[in-house]
Order: sequence, then C-alpha cells, then structure tokens
Amino acid sequence: MAHKSSRRLRSPTTEAPAARYTLMALAFLFLTLFLLLPLVAVFIEAFRKGTAEFLAAFGDPDTLAAIRLTLLVAVIAVPLNLVFGVAAAWAIAKFEFKGKAFLTTLIDLPFSVSPVISGLVYVLLFGAGSVLGPWLKSHGIEILFAVPGIVLATIFVTFPFVARELIPLMQEQGTGDEEAALSLGASGWQTFWYVTLPNIKWGLLYGVLLCNARAMGEFGAVSVVSGHIRGLTNTMPLHVEILYNEYNFVAAFAVASLLAALALVTLIVKTALELHYGAEIAAGRKH
Amino acid sequence: MDVSVKNLRKEFDRYPALHDVSLDIRSGELIALLGPSGSGKTTLLRLIAGLEQPTLGSIHFGDEDASHKTVQERNIGFVFQHYALFRHMTVADNIAFGLTVRPRGERPPKAEIRRRVSELLEMVQLSGLEKRYPNQLSGGQRQRVALARAMAIEPRVLLLDEPFGALDAKVRKELRRWLREFHDRTGHTTVFVTHDQEEALELADRVVVMSQGKIEQVGSSDDVYDRPNSPFVFSFIGDSASVPVSIVDGSVRFRGDEIGVAAPEGDIVSGEATLFFRPQDVAVVTDPSAPALEGRVVTSRRLAGTRIADLDIGGADDPLHVEIEVPLDAQAANGTSIRFRPLRFKLFAK
Repeated sequence: MAHKSSRRLRSPTTEAPAARYTLMALAFLFLTLFLLLPLVAVFIEAFRKGTAEFLAAFGDPDTLAAIRLTLLVAVIAVPLNLVFGVAAAWAIAKFEFKGKAFLTTLIDLPFSVSPVISGLVYVLLFGAGSVLGPWLKSHGIEILFAVPGIVLATIFVTFPFVARELIPLMQEQGTGDEEAALSLGASGWQTFWYVTLPNIKWGLLYGVLLCNARAMGEFGAVSVVSGHIRGLTNTMPLHVEILYNEYNFVAAFAVASLLAALALVTLIVKTALELHYGAEIAAGRKH
Repeated sequence: MDVSVKNLRKEFDRYPALHDVSLDIRSGELIALLGPSGSGKTTLLRLIAGLEQPTLGSIHFGDEDASHKTVQERNIGFVFQHYALFRHMTVADNIAFGLTVRPRGERPPKAEIRRRVSELLEMVQLSGLEKRYPNQLSGGQRQRVALARAMAIEPRVLLLDEPFGALDAKVRKELRRWLREFHDRTGHTTVFVTHDQEEALELADRVVVMSQGKIEQVGSSDDVYDRPNSPFVFSFIGDSASVPVSIVDGSVRFRGDEIGVAAPEGDIVSGEATLFFRPQDVAVVTDPSAPALEGRVVTSRRLAGTRIADLDIGGADDPLHVEIEVPLDAQAANGTSIRFRPLRFKLFAK
C-alpha cells in the first residue's frame, strides 16, 4: 500500500520538531543564563581595569599566601583521599562483610551533610570547649584556626569522590582478574599493583580530578575552621570573599578567575578522560 | 600428580553447596565434572584450586595435604570461564605473568621468559600474536591464551571452568578435539567443569556426574551412559523415558498389566519401582496378543536418520508421555496406537 507519510518514518522515541527545538532552546537558555554568564562575568570583572591591575592582584603577599595554602591543602588532602578511596572501594566491591551497607552509606555522608556542619563538627571536636581542646592546648597542638583544621575539613568534604567513582567500576569488573593473578602465583600486593590498579586507572584519575577541584574550591567547611587569619589560614575561596567585602573587586575577581580557570581545566580534562575512559570500559566489557 | 578429595563439605552462609564429596583423580587423567547448574561442580573445582576454603574435609596433592595451602602455594593452572585475561597486557605479557611475578631468586632471566612464551604460543598455535591485546583476539584465541598462561607456571594440575562455555558451537567442537590432543601431548592431570554432557562424554577419560552438591556416579563415558546407577544419571545423560511400574514376582507391570518385561535376576523381586529406558532401546511389538506397553501417538517428528514418536501411554484420564524411536517407515500418524517393549532398561526401586 502506498500509504506513506512523514509521521510514519519518524523513530518511535523521537518527538515532533517543534517539541525538540523548544526543549533544546530551553536547555541552552537555562545553561547560558545560570552557568555561562556568571563565568564570563568573573573574567570581565577581573580584567575591568586592564591586565596590569589584574596581574598586580597577584603581587599581594596575602594573595600569594592564600594560593600557597590552597595548593598545600590539596597536596595533602587529595593523595590521602586517593588512598582511603581506593581502600574503601576495594573493601566494598570485592569483599563480603557485615556492616558493608553501613560503610557505603557512611561514604556518602559528606555529600549529604552541609559543608558548614562538616566544619562545625571539627569545632565541636577540637574547639576550646570540647573534651580534646584543653589537652591539645596544653600540648601546644593547634588544629582549629590553623592549617591542620583546614586539611581535616577538606579531607572530610572531598572523601566520597574517589570512592564513589571506583565502587561501581570495581563491582562490575568483579574478582576474576584478581583470582587469575593469584592462581598464577602473584602475591596480594603484586595483584593490586599489576592487575587491579591498571584496570581502574582511568576511573581513579577521574575521581582524583574531581576530588582536587573540590579540595581547592571548598568554602563552607573551611570557612568555619579557618579563623580567617590573613596570610596564614586563608585559602583562595576565603581570600576572594575577604577581598570582595573590602570592595577590592579587581583583586577579588582576579583570584576568582584563577579558581574558575581551574574549574575549566578540570572540565576539559574530565571530558577528554571520558572519551578515553569510555573506550577503555567498552574494551573491558568485550571479554 | 594424583589429586584426592576426602569428605569435602562446603557451605556458603550455612547453605551447603557440597555435601561430603570424595573423589580420587589419577595422575595424567582427563576428568570432567558434569552436572546441571547448582550441582556444586564449580565449587568443587575452586576448592581443589584453593580459591575457596572447605568447611570440612581435606584435599591431597599426591601424598601432600594441600588443604591449608594458599592458591599460590598449590601451583595449579586455572582457566577461568571468561578467561580473565589481563586486558591492559599484551598476549606475551599475559602468558609471562606467572613467571614475572616470581620472587627475584626464582624468576627466570628475561631471555628465558621470552623463550618460554614463544614456546607456549607455539604449543597453543598462536605464534605471531605476542603483541596483540586480548580484545583484539577471537573467543577461541583468548581461550588458548588463557590456557598458555596457566601452563606457563608448569602447574601440577590443570583446572578448567566451563572451558568452552563462551564459544560458539563450531569453535567449541574444534577446541574440544584440540584440548584432547593437547592433554595427550602434555600428560597433565586435568579437571574440567561442564554442563554439556556431549562435551564430557567425548572428551573425558572419566566423568563425574554431580547433582545437588553430591557425586552421583564416577565412571567412563560407557559406564555413565550404559550403566547409570541412579535415576538422576539416567535422566540427565542422554534421552530417556521413565515409567512408574510395580513388580510382582519378578514381572514388571504398568498399571496392573504385564508389559512383557521381567526384572533381571538379583534385581527387585517385588514392589514399586521406576522403569527407565532410552528411546532407541525399544522394539515395536506387532503381535496383538503379546504383552507390551501401548501408547497413542501424540506427535512424531523426523530427527536426522530416525523418527521419534511422542506417545501417551497413560490414556486421556492420566496421561503419561514417553518418547521412543520408531522405524522410519512405521505408521506413526497422530492418534494411531503403537505397542512396544523396552529391550534394554533399568529398574530403580522407589
């Protein structure tokens, strides 16, 4: 029967062109308004008074101290969370034990709790009024309003990234490869190093990248435990706030643009990884 | 290397996967663990390998009690169902893995490892594929790489879990024959798990038939096919029909009527029993006065060189279907009646 119409040829899951374009336009409009414009604004504000002023902002010793502190915190927090994350993911994906569901929930805790609360927890734990406070003080150990507190709060907030990335990946890969390595005489450590780690490397890198972005950008939790001592306990996000409150807009946005650039680089590397990592996963699934 | 398993029991979360299993595997033997899924065959293989620890019982390699040895110490070659090749390593690195992870003192020099790898590749007929990655190989090639990798450590026993399970029918048949030749050449004690009876019967020196965590029968292909020792083995291996019968003074009766079959001497003299026979082991009875089983043809189908008739021997009120082979030229139209008598059969008391 010659009863053809364009309606019939359309794939069953595709909507009418009008509906498609409306949805796409809405999505683009929303993204532009709420994500792209603010990002562009940050850079415009940073360069409002020219490149010289922009660069001058980085001559300030307090700004440099903030950048150094942020890097230091990331350098400590990210490797620790890499190790903790791999250990937790390994335990959850490859072993059966009591309290596994509890551990899985616990890993997600930093995501479900407000960062401010995460910071307050440390104030309650180590503050002057706490049980540990006087003891720490008498031994001359400073945690709160010092670098250790900032590191602890950052570790807490960024803990889930690596673990969450690895758990589904390791669960899907199962224990077959590890069993094969063990049956060939490899020790547990060799098995991890030569078999497990190469199998999860892309997922791991992806998790570390997200963990790092958050570690450098964290505001809430760090703000509570930092004490905002200029040149000592101010990280980049905290420093941006201080500069902004002092009406030093160019400097504030200059530092902010650095954080924004970090976010952009993370995004680009993440996309590149996804392309690579996607192919890798597909290859892994073939056998 | 002889392997003997003594009174092995394995429980997973208190659910027993193996009950009191004992088995002696002779040196150089090719043995199949055959059973439906959930029969405990893979569990038994993994226990021998040391990938699982038994709840009770012991495993001996030769005279040595291996029960408390780790999988690394047992020095076994294990080929996994999905091969578990290391996807980020080349074929050569996969095969060399067992040698390269050895402690420095025992590790062969690099040139020696390379020589061993090319020797093994030649043995599994994959020379020239050293640099390939597992995802660049076909299923049959992966299977052989997995085997070469397991052989590299010069294992005392070779254990294969569903070695042909993931391959298509044609490759499976080729590899089956190839594995048999490979075994005859290397002479390794080999145990493989399969749910495919054809594979087990064709390939193995001895077949271990398992069901529900127990060994039902151990024997050659002829033993388990021609002389099954339990109703399970009779119905699991090959096609068969089973008929509930009663025996009176050595004469077998179906629903009270004699069927022209006598219980063999020394077998059951009287009582309830189940009569098992294979579709091809029957004779059609033409004499209407001779005792026989009688059934109405429900369907019949041509199967290669034979004709199989599905008969209802119970009648409309209480149907009981059996399949028998009938001559190609036999009248086997639907609804017609056929009288037959099993020539070779086995009776199992209820």
